[in-house]
Amino acid sequence: MSLIGQPLPRVDGPDKVTGRAHYAADFPADRMAHAAVVQSTIARGRITGFDLAEAEQVPGVLAILTHRNAPRLGKIPEIPPVDPVGTPEHPLQDDLVLHQNQHIAVVVAETLEQARWAASRVRVSYAPEPAVIDMQATLRHARPASKDEISAKPGNVGRGDADATLASAAVTVDSLSVMERENQNPIELHATTAQWDSDGERLTVWDKTQWVQSCAKHLGAAFNIPPERVHVIDPFIGGAFGSSLRVWPHTYIAAMAAKVVGRPVKLVLSRREYYGGTGARPWTQQRVRLGADRDGSLQAIRHEVTAENSRYEIYTENVLKATPILYRCRNVDLPYRVALRDVNSPNAMRGPGLATGVYALELAMDELAVALKMDPLALRLRNIPERDQMKDLPFSSISLEQCLTEAASRFGWDRRNHQPGSMRDGRLQLGWGMAVSNYPAEKVKATARARVTAKGEVHVATASSDMGPGTWTSVTQVAADTLDLAMEQVKLSIGDSALPMAPVHGGSMTISSIGPAVRDACEKLRGAVYGAAGVNTGDILEIARRIGRDFEAEGAFDPGDLEERFSMEGFGAVFAEVTVDPDTSEIRVRRITGAYGIGKVVNPLLARSQCIGGMMGGIGMALLEQTEIDRRSGRFVNGNLAEYLVPTMADTPALDVTFVPEEDRNVGGLGTKGLGEIALVGVAPAIANAVFHATGKRLRHLPMTPDRLAMA
Amino acid sequence: MQSFTLQRPSGLAEAARLGAEGGEFIAGGTDMLQLMKEWVRTPDRLVDLDPVLDPRIEAGPQGLRIGAGARMEAVAVHPEVARIAPAISEALLESASPQVRNLATMGGNLLQRTRCGYFRDAGVAACNKRRPGSGCAAIGGENRIHAVLGTSGQCIATHPSDFAVALVALEATLHLAGPDGERDMPIHHLYRTWDTHPEQETNLRPGEIIAAIQVPATALSRNARYLKVRDRAAFEWALLSAAVGLEIDGGTVRAARVAMGGVGTKPWRMRAVEAALIGKPANDDSYAAAAAHATEGAVARGENAYKITLMPRVLARALALAGGAA
Repeated sequence: MSLIGQPLPRVDGPDKVTGRAHYAADFPADRMAHAAVVQSTIARGRITGFDLAEAEQVPGVLAILTHRNAPRLGKIPEIPPVDPVGTPEHPLQDDLVLHQNQHIAVVVAETLEQARWAASRVRVSYAPEPAVIDMQATLRHARPASKDEISAKPGNVGRGDADATLASAAVTVDSLSVMERENQNPIELHATTAQWDSDGERLTVWDKTQWVQSCAKHLGAAFNIPPERVHVIDPFIGGAFGSSLRVWPHTYIAAMAAKVVGRPVKLVLSRREYYGGTGARPWTQQRVRLGADRDGSLQAIRHEVTAENSRYEIYTENVLKATPILYRCRNVDLPYRVALRDVNSPNAMRGPGLATGVYALELAMDELAVALKMDPLALRLRNIPERDQMKDLPFSSISLEQCLTEAASRFGWDRRNHQPGSMRDGRLQLGWGMAVSNYPAEKVKATARARVTAKGEVHVATASSDMGPGTWTSVTQVAADTLDLAMEQVKLSIGDSALPMAPVHGGSMTISSIGPAVRDACEKLRGAVYGAAGVNTGDILEIARRIGRDFEAEGAFDPGDLEERFSMEGFGAVFAEVTVDPDTSEIRVRRITGAYGIGKVVNPLLARSQCIGGMMGGIGMALLEQTEIDRRSGRFVNGNLAEYLVPTMADTPALDVTFVPEEDRNVGGLGTKGLGEIALVGVAPAIANAVFHATGKRLRHLPMTPDRLAMA
Repeated sequence: MQSFTLQRPSGLAEAARLGAEGGEFIAGGTDMLQLMKEWVRTPDRLVDLDPVLDPRIEAGPQGLRIGAGARMEAVAVHPEVARIAPAISEALLESASPQVRNLATMGGNLLQRTRCGYFRDAGVAACNKRRPGSGCAAIGGENRIHAVLGTSGQCIATHPSDFAVALVALEATLHLAGPDGERDMPIHHLYRTWDTHPEQETNLRPGEIIAAIQVPATALSRNARYLKVRDRAAFEWALLSAAVGLEIDGGTVRAARVAMGGVGTKPWRMRAVEAALIGKPANDDSYAAAAAHATEGAVARGENAYKITLMPRVLARALALAGGAA
């Protein structure tokens, strides 16, 4: 029986729950010193001076680095697809303050407590300059994103004449919505441990990162050494959700500090420091205009997004990626605008772009269903696309209709009274809402190595990472399945820049890229062993032992011209039930059903975990999460986990997940489409539409907190 | 955090003396450590109250006596507390998380500091609570969680304790131990409003320690209820809350105790609401009419305007609960 498709438990589970798994801040080193950053308290301006007298008096302080004495860095490179366009922060290189909570100094000391206390005693003087933070003021100066800034975002290609069609359409809706900035807030804090070898030519870094090899390239460039002399290690990640795609300033700072004190240095950002020290899903405002025939056939979509950005980089994302393919429609216009303010650059968060864009699109579709007096489900079914009209390609497979009907059936949608405000449970208002989900089935080149030793041990290696979805387990499954071995007979190595080339661990493309590379390596290994033994069947462990030497094989995956032949997309449907308390304005989710067509499911147990985690993320996006930034000073007002709210178990009801069978022979590789992102996309709009159904009030601002409902 | 000396007194009297000499008190530490790790408070001497505070919970004919060292969870699940004062059980079970409740003490709960994000961020210059005379960044800022009653141009922070709101409604008494001896203080005398000195949050004298909390057992206390409104279903402070006790005889309200949390700079006793209930039929119309008085004197500061909208609705619902509604 194939191991692919089996609901196997996590191979790394016991290590994680017993503490044997080492995260970035857990690696021991002799003579470790500890670093603590000093962060800016203005949003824009220049540093005019540091008073270090008190900090230098703190016992145990080894060094204090500022822009005045820190080592000079080389130019930090821009590596797609994770780096935005512009000039990234080059920490401690100049007196410029670009945003609040920017690292402007670092204290290195014998202990963490000494370092943090001394950092708090560093006095900084500034020449502040006027900062623009408030989004309403920022929006007045919003501008279209340039071609360079959105070049990697195919979703921005429209077609036909949306404006003219909207003007003459039988039924139109004009839907404006706003989403607050969100932070990924993984439980593992961002941490870097950096150690230089004695001659200062080699750097070893234990870093919280979703891409060890990109981290090595960035550090190599910054410190003017070849990337192969930078060894980046991160076998386990305590959640990332996109927050570790980029190399953040603190990683360079840790390496600078280690260089200066000549000792290994550990730097962990506190939760509060994290909000300014990394990125965030951007604040966005969207306006979606839909035009349709009376039977619900979509004729035109104009979807405009305006997203916050910093002044030093432009980060755009796939907000408009789903809009031109999700529904059959001849006329589509997709303007992307950026609004610059004096904040730190946004970056990708789980379901980047699509989570935001599908929210606005599906809110508008719900409004269209109301305008048409049509079942929102029927409206979706009416507009299912036959092919990708943007790329003018057939889908490798599409199960949107099956997802919609399957999820609707499990949810009991046919019992819905479509009249808003018509359903109740005692005093509580009850609402049922639905939305479509979508994420591209991305895959890129990847490599892997497989080895069987003379002792009969199998080692498989690739530089990929596992931020929690289960890569440790699913890749082991692929290897064991290919080699016809038991799971425990395969030893996997990941999260190490010295291992075979792997792409960024993000964008739901890991199993689709790494999986076939590992399978290729394992097939070649088996071929090598059989070839040496002159057989074409048998246990490779036994054969290797008998021959008495190691065998090794390199494998690779290359998607080739797949993208030119097929549009490869995962689809899903999400149905949600909410209660609204008419007295308190509290909204609670009571149940969610999601059905997904995502190609082959390698491990249904892990896949379900991915989906319920994505649903929780969607509940957070819909009801709880917002990074509050003071509109005058730019300070993060709720920069901690007591006030930045993520869902608790009490907010998380029965979550029902199902996968529609999808044998996709066109999608290449293992037949997988990826899962991490699509599980979050579609959840927030399903909840938002349920709130409308419960109350008759259209909330256009996420998160939908009691204050927003009370004032709606 | 900074280096500090931890002093371990042998009794309450010694603890009070150490406090009067400038030591800061710590018991469960669930709030103090948050503040110290972010340099909001930087005491160089901490006086550990944990070994000297009374953790007992006792029920007698006079009511409940809750030692200030009792853990929130122990009080929350105590059957006599639930019988004599269910509003206290409800307020505590809706507070914090089980982990925090297992560590935090009742005295510390009453003395926890505001959740104002500007107070808790040492990188914000303007906070009259942290640095008297520096201003109030919450006025004109992100003040969704801030107060609409008892504020001033000095400070608009709320007191975050749920438990304190229930105690104000139940007219609890605090037993205090100080360097000059013991005394009793009605709970509503504990907290100050922010007219002039927002850095002075309580009327405790230097070194004075909350030793125990006395809750009278009455017909009111036995049917009092606590209703809490918040974004998240668990582990979050109240946006608004209400503690309500009603004494109903023959369908008529004979006595009422009403307090609200999350709306004032301290737990806010609603005497006008109480007065409007007395002698009225115990029904939803009376509750709605009385609850309308809750917003008298309320001042919105921008993002907290919704609290004024919600106060009458939330209070009417809490009155209905105390009146026996499902």
